Amino acid sequence: MEAFDRVQAARAKGRATGTDFIRNIFDDFMEMHGDRRFGDDKAVVAGIARLNGMPVTVVALERGHDTKEKLFRNFGMAHPEGYRKALRQMKLAEKFHRPVICFVDTAGAYCGIAAEERGQGQAIAENLMEMMTLKTPVLSVFVGEGGSGGALGLAVADEVWMLENAVYSVISPEGCASILWKDSAKVKEAAACLHMTAEDLLRFGVIEKIIPEGRNDFEEVYRILKADLYDTLVRNGRLPMEELLEKRYNRFRRMGAEGL
Amino acid sequence: MLSKNMFKKPKNDLESYDKYAKSPAPDIPNEMCVACPNCKAMLFTGELNEHFHICPKCGHHFRVNARQRISMVADDDSFVERDAGMRSRNLIDFPNYEKKLKHAYLDSAEKEGVVCGTARIGGMPCCLFVMEPYFMMGSMGTVVGEKITRLFEYATAHSLPVVGFTVSGGARMQEGTLSLMQMAKTSGAVKRHSDAGNLYIAVLTDPTTGGVTASFAMEADIILAEPDALIGFAGPRVIRQTIRQKLPAGFQRAEFLFEKGFVDQVVKRNVQKDALAKLLALHSAAPEGGADLGSI
Repeated sequence: MEAFDRVQAARAKGRATGTDFIRNIFDDFMEMHGDRRFGDDKAVVAGIARLNGMPVTVVALERGHDTKEKLFRNFGMAHPEGYRKALRQMKLAEKFHRPVICFVDTAGAYCGIAAEERGQGQAIAENLMEMMTLKTPVLSVFVGEGGSGGALGLAVADEVWMLENAVYSVISPEGCASILWKDSAKVKEAAACLHMTAEDLLRFGVIEKIIPEGRNDFEEVYRILKADLYDTLVRNGRLPMEELLEKRYNRFRRMGAEGL
Repeated sequence: MLSKNMFKKPKNDLESYDKYAKSPAPDIPNEMCVACPNCKAMLFTGELNEHFHICPKCGHHFRVNARQRISMVADDDSFVERDAGMRSRNLIDFPNYEKKLKHAYLDSAEKEGVVCGTARIGGMPCCLFVMEPYFMMGSMGTVVGEKITRLFEYATAHSLPVVGFTVSGGARMQEGTLSLMQMAKTSGAVKRHSDAGNLYIAVLTDPTTGGVTASFAMEADIILAEPDALIGFAGPRVIRQTIRQKLPAGFQRAEFLFEKGFVDQVVKRNVQKDALAKLLALHSAAPEGGADLGSI
């Protein structure tokens, strides 16, 4: 499969989105709303649930299933209050010693007047800083599109996993093509240049694991995730906190540092 | 800053490579004339040099390169550069990236998009980083991320404050997701520096956007900005294309961010050194004439 085929698969209509993963992997999900600063961002779904009986905090970017829900969810593109809502839940997870699981699926943080007015950059920056030292295990799973800083704002974690057809990139292939070749039709070439597939990113050490997707049936994906998430979070939860945070810091510290 | 961009780019890289590389700050004749892009007044370069590259007629802040900024801010001969030789590699075989890097080197006479080191400002020791607008518009790739991370780690180890001037188009597309990861990496280093009780002051200059805004630019304890600097997450062109509306006047300018509560002060370039020196002194371990609250 070529890189752009993956991009299209990640964006495909009918593909499972954030809340599908919550519904199919966890029990007793209780959704929590609002950032206590400005409002409640519908692109971010956050709350508390059980994973094999263990209380966990779940945060998911939700792009929506049908047109009506897509509009309601702003197509999964969060405003600053979405990142602040997520951080608030993560801070509660830290307080009550619950692991955090983030499901990432977004074209990017929303680009708009209100988003800038309320500090989109500042909101993401704060998440990066705070997640790096969050005193509880954190794991992020890319289930669809991972668009730049808007995805990273929920992906400073002990481990980052990607579904087989998920992508993760610094810029969309459309954006890259229009900058590079002044031709947004050259998306295929751009997608290949950006090395944005799960395979590429595993090779570059940006992610730890690829979850195979099989054929259109996500039951198997849910089953694998449920088991692997539980095992990994329990294992990381047993590490002394200092060691866990040191590992998280070094996970990012080594990226791009080789040979310098 | 005017020198390299007033002239056409050399047609033959190799011919001019040494000349450019060996003269990082060529003297510009003082009697050369430039037009202010804001008020169109004709100005002598000598006049600009004396006035911190601020237009004496309208106050427009001309773009300056990293070395010029260092000379405006650091005490004479106090700047000692760190990691000066670090160069980018084409990590993901991105088309034409080597050529782009070479041109950036020719345009800026810098090896990468940020200059880092230790310095004194008004006698106060600190770590200083200054991003370079003429090197791929200060875009953040793995070298920029690594240099800034190393500087914060050094500052943490030596309990030094960090002063940083940002100017950036964002994460560097040509290094793919690895450049995106630099946002997390630098943020981690800033957090450790902060948790150890050290001061970090950022000065946001025109333009500061994308991945740099969404990481270390917005993570400082004190955020200053240069007048009229464009500061934002998404660039105005992208926003205009997304929402298909005209953007309000002054949108994403330093004064706009100040109004919205994201910037502590908008500080003109000619008084930035004083402001930084004062802030560093206010946070120094042994306050002049003040009680040492730590010992009570």
